[in-house]
Amino acid sequence: MRDGVPIGAGYFVVAFSLGIAARDAGLTPWEGFIASLLNNASAGEYAAFTLMAANASYVELAVVTLIANARYLLMSTALSQRFAPETGTLHRVLVGFDVTDELFGIAIARPGAVDPFYSYGAFVPALSGWSVGTALGIVMGNVLPTRVVSALSVALYGMFLAIIIPPARQNRVVLGCVVVSFVASLVFSVAPALAALSAGTRTIILTVAISSAAALLFPVTDEELQHAQEEEADAA
Amino acid sequence: MQHSSLVYIAVMSAVTLSVKILPLTLIRRPIKSRFIRSFLYYVPYVTLAVMTFPAIVQATDVPIAGAIALVAGIVAAWFGASLFQVAATCCALVFVIELLLL
Repeated sequence: MRDGVPIGAGYFVVAFSLGIAARDAGLTPWEGFIASLLNNASAGEYAAFTLMAANASYVELAVVTLIANARYLLMSTALSQRFAPETGTLHRVLVGFDVTDELFGIAIARPGAVDPFYSYGAFVPALSGWSVGTALGIVMGNVLPTRVVSALSVALYGMFLAIIIPPARQNRVVLGCVVVSFVASLVFSVAPALAALSAGTRTIILTVAISSAAALLFPVTDEELQHAQEEEADAA
Repeated sequence: MQHSSLVYIAVMSAVTLSVKILPLTLIRRPIKSRFIRSFLYYVPYVTLAVMTFPAIVQATDVPIAGAIALVAGIVAAWFGASLFQVAATCCALVFVIELLLL
């Protein structure tokens, strides 16, 4: 539980700016609270709220949520390798319920098999901070001056940068991926025909294309995967 | 067609929870395919990078404030600032710059 407190505090601030995006999507504070309680995913929720604001189809929402949260597939898979074999399905479901970058980081950083009860303790402050922060962002978003809202709107992007930049510093291929993604994303948002694509579609196309190309050109070795997990653990 | 917020939330939650829970409960052995492992390894970085830029520049009232926040966020993260510190740095910079320019 103690390790979860700083995570919960950080989540509260970021979730507040997420709440502003949820308010733009027309969600009530209760809806935002429930969405954050069940999802606890910064990029995934942000992408979903943006699509809701654009009145996207349910299928598009599902695909974009899948893509934006694809990294949890990786983390959940990594955690599956670290559970004691006799761990029951209920514990696996409950730990999986709140896989996030940070909670994954602290769980995997501990030596030996994953202890579900350690994770449950950390979930309490983390989930509270995230859900309450989102609800308050929806409530307070229209009370705050536009200048404050404008400043808070970059909190999520700052969080994304904190996730992608440290590995890019360690690994040249990841750095290349980030640079190529920035450039391609810019091109797609301004080029005449491509700019008509929604942000969600753009994210799907570029993620699949760039990640596939990187995986074909620079397949990752087992040592690198191992190293990456240790890096994540150190960062948390 | 107008969509329901509650259905939206149900769809996003179902997808997110499946992504988080299914591997943990179903995969009890290591994944063998090198391509899939490599693809999954690169996906988070590409997705977040695509979502960050140029959106961060368009999110602020003054585009230059978003651009400076982007550069400062990259520099801060590069030199090991925590998630919270990077996010706070970006917010503070945008606030100060817009205070000066608007």
